[in-house]
Amino acid sequence: MSDTTLTPGIKAGRLDAAAYDENFGDLHPRLDDHEVLVAADRCYFCHDAPCITACPTEIDIPLFIRQIATGTAEAAAETILDQNILGGMCARVCPTETLCEQACVREAAEGKPVLIGQLQRYATDTLMEQGKHPFARAVRTGKQVAVVGAGPAGLACAHRLAMHGHDVTIYDARQKPGGLNEYGIAAYKSVDGFAEREVDWLLQIGGITIETGKSLGSDLTLDQLKASHDAVFLGLGLGGVNALGLEAEDKDGIENAVDFIADLRQARDLAKLPVGRDVVVIGGGMTAVDAAVQAKLLGALNVSLVYRRGRDRMNASVFEQDLAASKGVRIITNAQPVAIHGNGAVREIEFEYTDDSLTPTGQTFRLAADQVFKAIGQTLQGDGLPKLEGRKIAVTGAGRTSVAGIWAGGDCAAGGDDLTVTAVAEGRDAAEDIHSSLMG
Amino acid sequence: MANLESNFIGIKSPNPFWLASAPPTDKEYNVRRAFDAGWGGVVWKTLGEDGPPVVNVNGPRYGAIWGADRRLLGLNNIELITDRPLQTNLDEMTRVKRDYPDHALIASLMVPVDEDSWKDILSRVIDTGCDGVELNFGCPHGMSERGMGSAVGQVPDYVQMVTEWCKKHSNLPVIVKLTPNIADIRKPAQAAKDGGADAVSLINTINSITSVDLDLFAPQPTIDGLGAHGGYCGPAVKPIALNMVAEIARTPELAGLPISGIGGVTTWRDAAEFMALGAGNVQVCTAAMTYGFKIVEEMISGLSQYMDEKGFTTVDELVGRAVPNVVNWQDLNLNYVTKARIDQDACIKCGRCFAACEDTSHQAISMSEDRVFDVIDAECVACNLCVNVCPVEDCITMERLPEGDVDPRTGKTVSDDYANWTTHPNNPMKCAAE
Ligand SMILES: Cc1cc2nc3c(=O)[nH]c(=O)nc-3n(C[C@H](O)[C@H](O)[C@H](O)COP(=O)(O)OP(=O)(O)OC[C@H]3O[C@@H](n4cnc5c(N)ncnc54)[C@H](O)[C@@H]3O)c2cc1C
Ligand SMILES: Cc1cc2nc3c(=O)[nH]c(=O)nc-3n(C[C@H](O)[C@H](O)[C@H](O)COP(=O)(O)O)c2cc1C
Ligand code: SF4
Repeated sequence: MSDTTLTPGIKAGRLDAAAYDENFGDLHPRLDDHEVLVAADRCYFCHDAPCITACPTEIDIPLFIRQIATGTAEAAAETILDQNILGGMCARVCPTETLCEQACVREAAEGKPVLIGQLQRYATDTLMEQGKHPFARAVRTGKQVAVVGAGPAGLACAHRLAMHGHDVTIYDARQKPGGLNEYGIAAYKSVDGFAEREVDWLLQIGGITIETGKSLGSDLTLDQLKASHDAVFLGLGLGGVNALGLEAEDKDGIENAVDFIADLRQARDLAKLPVGRDVVVIGGGMTAVDAAVQAKLLGALNVSLVYRRGRDRMNASVFEQDLAASKGVRIITNAQPVAIHGNGAVREIEFEYTDDSLTPTGQTFRLAADQVFKAIGQTLQGDGLPKLEGRKIAVTGAGRTSVAGIWAGGDCAAGGDDLTVTAVAEGRDAAEDIHSSLMG
Repeated sequence: MANLESNFIGIKSPNPFWLASAPPTDKEYNVRRAFDAGWGGVVWKTLGEDGPPVVNVNGPRYGAIWGADRRLLGLNNIELITDRPLQTNLDEMTRVKRDYPDHALIASLMVPVDEDSWKDILSRVIDTGCDGVELNFGCPHGMSERGMGSAVGQVPDYVQMVTEWCKKHSNLPVIVKLTPNIADIRKPAQAAKDGGADAVSLINTINSITSVDLDLFAPQPTIDGLGAHGGYCGPAVKPIALNMVAEIARTPELAGLPISGIGGVTTWRDAAEFMALGAGNVQVCTAAMTYGFKIVEEMISGLSQYMDEKGFTTVDELVGRAVPNVVNWQDLNLNYVTKARIDQDACIKCGRCFAACEDTSHQAISMSEDRVFDVIDAECVACNLCVNVCPVEDCITMERLPEGDVDPRTGKTVSDDYANWTTHPNNPMKCAAE
């Protein structure tokens, strides 16, 4: 008999084939033409609209919604993409409930914001499905810019530079471009290979070469890049993962949540991807929620997400927490891991309750675990980088680092939230700054 | 529950809600169901001469304008009068009237402008037992090009002449239905009165093109690549109709001429507004075509509740109540000074009042860093635009300045005395108070 959700251990194929399709389908299916008109109608076209300010890329939201409402979704898409070239991905992954939609005056009025994210998706999908790329390159300047990292920050930076006529080479350590869009975002937010399609669409601007499998540090050095290019942009993201700092952390079954998610995103056949019966995720951010939810969707019987502080301190938004709960993830707060038990492979993990200032209470409990995902934060990796501030690259203005000619943006740079949309904004703004300093 | 019984020029109906002459009243099947649904009366779809009936287009005959959520705001049509044989209509009317003796049934008529045609149709219509006739001088398309409908309604002399014939050749009450496609509605109303009409009804539809197909470059509805102007009706025409009704109601020479109010009546409130402006009853077409006959239930319950709240025991107590308050501009009190007031608790900070006032009015609303909007009394002319563009009900209101306050805009002390333009010092034509 094949494995089921009840089978102990880390097993593949716990569900029947149809269940995988259903579980990993689009989280928010695209609105149809009628739904879009109803949703667009609700926009008040506010003066100096609060939603615009709340969007890190400052998309002119009332304008694009009015363009949709008047039957010109393509023009709406251009309004969006002009500010945010990854507007398609952002429409899918932005925590709108803490960004534009939180600021919507109809959230204040009725507790029901205009569905900005969904409208944005409708517009960008409409244009992208026509294969149209609405931007054209300026006359070539002959300037060469190196971008390290093909994540949202690097891609946004490269696109804007290419638009201004510069020649851009993007170097990325991974086999595919896209950064966490390709390897990190929850599968049900970016279905049907959207991350890859979006990169292909973005590259239509021309003037961008991507070299994958090229890692700064091993294949390239910053000095080389500086010498062979007129400017360098670092969009490295956060490649490292924080450790729990416990003994026996290398036991079988203990993994980084981001690695599990990357495997899942790259899996051709989800039925072949093994998952534990009793899964414990440690952490309280978006990564922890995504790992927990996707483990559950893969067929894990029990999934617990354990966070060391209170609910209100969780980095995952309320929407994400509710999503996890609705999928059957048990959220335990105010508990810190203190020991890992098991011979060779993990069997149980022991926690101690903590109060809000993280003082241990002396009370402990154990959770059965055949798989444990660590999701307690990612860190910047790399030597010889420009000066750091805290654990990230220090920047001033639009991403200028301590080294002249080197800019940085996205998760690897200090300041701003670790969000796709923030990375896009920073990449774009750095590109503008690079452009003006190159053309000065 | 208030008594809604209506007696309009001697025609009794259980309530003042009639269906206007149009598709809802086109045949026995519809009219029986309308009466069963609660409508007080119907004006049967306009009858024409005996002989081969008119033909309608076989492509789309309606165009529309929509508001939020595809709410139908305006309808346009290129339909003609009934396209069914005269005798069929007459037989059906006879049966319906026999079975619904307490409901009003009016025959709407449109025949060529010669006395015999009118005499003939009247003699046939009388036999149905109908309660009265309505002369369709309003249809603005198709029939007008044949010298009927609004082609008659636009020439007061014809209106009077045909009305006289009808009074001469029948003793049925005669309602003259007016076209709004005319500069001064009082002229045809006067002609109808002079011709002996018992009442006027208004409005019929307004000449219109609702939209243009930007691929075919043709008006919509488009018939094989071409379009014609049609007649506009529905909620969008109500303000025009209300004004025309009021113009007739408040003209001394027309005083006492009963009015059946038509044009955009969609709710009980619309009906009550028409009646307050002098309509003895109302007729409805588009609202029924949009939502079906059932809406009359809301009209009945709504008007009834309103009348109870006001202490009115008959609908006639409502009729004409607002007429004395419709005046000309120069009669408005210039000493009535108000200012916009924003309820900060209700405000959702959309900033629409700011955009409207700053860009298009009097720069009288301030906006702070944290989006607090305040009225600057020294600039506010009390135009009401902010009230109208605010999406929240009662968030912005107009408050009167009390007597003795200084209006910071003009520096003048507010007085409760009435003073209008006719005596204003800036008026070159002022009647000096000597
Ligand atoms: C599991 C998970 C879920 C998330 N969900 C959301 C979400 O729903 N919504 C949201 O807004 N944000 C989400 N985020 C955050 C978001 O993905 C990041 O903020 C965003 O991707 C940052 O973009 P970036 O370009 O700075 O870095 P990344 O996307 O991390 O891209 C960095 C790129 O640089 C490459 N690179 C790294 N080091 C080197 C090197 N030495 N040499 C060459 N190339 C290198 C990497 O291979 C990668 O392609 C999530 C993050 C994770 C981990
Ligand atoms: C499709 C259609 C056909 C109409 N046909 C007639 C008609 O035959 N005779 C007539 O007097 N008015 C006709 N009218 C006008 C209506 O009776 C009424 O005066 C007008 O629609 C305004 O009222 P409303 O806003 O309630 O629709 C027609 C209106 C419509 C929409
Ligand atoms: S009433 Fe008119 S002038 Fe006064 S604040 Fe409102 S919009 Fe401005």
